[in-house]
Amino acid sequence: MTVLSLRGVWCAFGDHEVLRGVDLDVERHEVVALIGASGSGKSTLLRTASLLEHVDDGQILLGGEDITDPRVDADAVRARIGTVFQSYNLFPHLSVLDNVTLAARVVHRVPRRDAEARALSLLEGIGLAGKARAYPDTLSGGQQQRVAIVRAIATDPELLLLDEITSALDPELVGEVLDLVRSLKENGSTIVMATHEMAFARDVADRVVFLDQGGIVEQGPARELLAAPREARTREFLARFRSS
Amino acid sequence: MPHQPSELELERRAFRKRQGYRSVLVSLVSTVVFAAVVVLALRAAPGWPRVVHSFFDLDAARRSFPVVLSGLWLNVRVLVVAAVGTLLLSLVVATLRTLRGPVFFPLRALAAGYTDLFRGMPLIIVLYLVGFGVPGLRIFPRLDASVWGTIALVLVYSAYVAEVWRAGIESVHPSQRLAARGLGLTHGQTLRRVVLPQAVRKVAPALLNDLVAMQKDVGLISVLGAIDAVRAAQIETSRDFNFTPYVVAGLLFVLLALPVIRLTDWYTARLRRREQAGAIV
Repeated sequence: MTVLSLRGVWCAFGDHEVLRGVDLDVERHEVVALIGASGSGKSTLLRTASLLEHVDDGQILLGGEDITDPRVDADAVRARIGTVFQSYNLFPHLSVLDNVTLAARVVHRVPRRDAEARALSLLEGIGLAGKARAYPDTLSGGQQQRVAIVRAIATDPELLLLDEITSALDPELVGEVLDLVRSLKENGSTIVMATHEMAFARDVADRVVFLDQGGIVEQGPARELLAAPREARTREFLARFRSS
Repeated sequence: MPHQPSELELERRAFRKRQGYRSVLVSLVSTVVFAAVVVLALRAAPGWPRVVHSFFDLDAARRSFPVVLSGLWLNVRVLVVAAVGTLLLSLVVATLRTLRGPVFFPLRALAAGYTDLFRGMPLIIVLYLVGFGVPGLRIFPRLDASVWGTIALVLVYSAYVAEVWRAGIESVHPSQRLAARGLGLTHGQTLRRVVLPQAVRKVAPALLNDLVAMQKDVGLISVLGAIDAVRAAQIETSRDFNFTPYVVAGLLFVLLALPVIRLTDWYTARLRRREQAGAIV
């Protein structure tokens, strides 16, 4: 079953065309890694998929439903998708527990007790149940990002979008966040992630998609594509990546 | 065993202590000298005895105190209602100004025009227009002058406070809004649950400062004829042309403002400490 389907998606900011007719299908339980240089359109692609960015042409289907139709309730669509950002974006005025339960309580109308019980068991799973009453600024970057991931999955979204979630972290904190993503994959989550972690993409992603200048240059099984890219631009990008 | 400070550190501490004593002594002496100069200069002024008689007459103060105090009670009531009214109206105006999209243009323009108009117009003119002009329309039942005064205060202050809110709303990083919308929260839910709670923390000192300003400006409703502290003092003054009741009213206004001024100082200091500790909120 196809969870997300992009068909000829265009997105421009003024004269600058960031996405130039992107086609992409993501199957259920699949983990897709988007790779490419900064400005290649990875983040914009994720944002259009969660309707956080406008679409100038093309269609995006979520569970078969055209979510680019202006008659669609965009808030209801976003509530079905979990998004995690590079800079965590936890709410600093809310405790960890309130961060995780906010969407459940406000959007999905789950009673506070049920939402908190679910949030606590999720926090337990990442070893942060003891921090439930703490505020985000007392947590390390890795802890904050793991809470942000838990916040995104607390309402059981159909699709999880991860936007360079380890790019803002100190190197020694990257591991704990990637371990959490790995366990999400094992639990059957459908994930699309923009990443610079090539080793992680090779180990965890089912498929790697290489973007350049707003278009998909090449895609294929993670190990194959990273080991033996067919396109010259992909080879060039990967070579630059290894040398840096 | 705790760390024993070295000779070097002990000497530095002793030096800092001596410096501290010296600073305190210097500021103490200079304050006393300055106060003495002011007092001597005032007492040497040729009109000093007359000024003391007409502004600082203890008998007149005692006589006018109860009347002025009961006038102040009206000021306090007007203040409470005007402060609550301003809080609500300013939030509505600020919210209207944050609405995006061409559909909301009329509302946005209305809010912008409102803040432009009432921030530009002197409070006293708004008081005259609302206090004398609106009742002249004869579409409202006869209302007390203090009611019209309260409405004028709310109209003027909401224009200022709406801008304070707007600054607070805009100071919340856009990524916060993005995260909230990404979770499926609507524009309104995002504003209420995520943006406003953070904006309040940032603009609280400015809001409290506006409250202090309003505390003084409630005295202006006296121009509409409401018997508040200022008006009561004026009536007392016209009895025997002694201005002491004005001083009494002035001091009472200061006493009224002091708690909020202290609260503002305390809150601002706390915020600064938090920010310097590297905290976000």
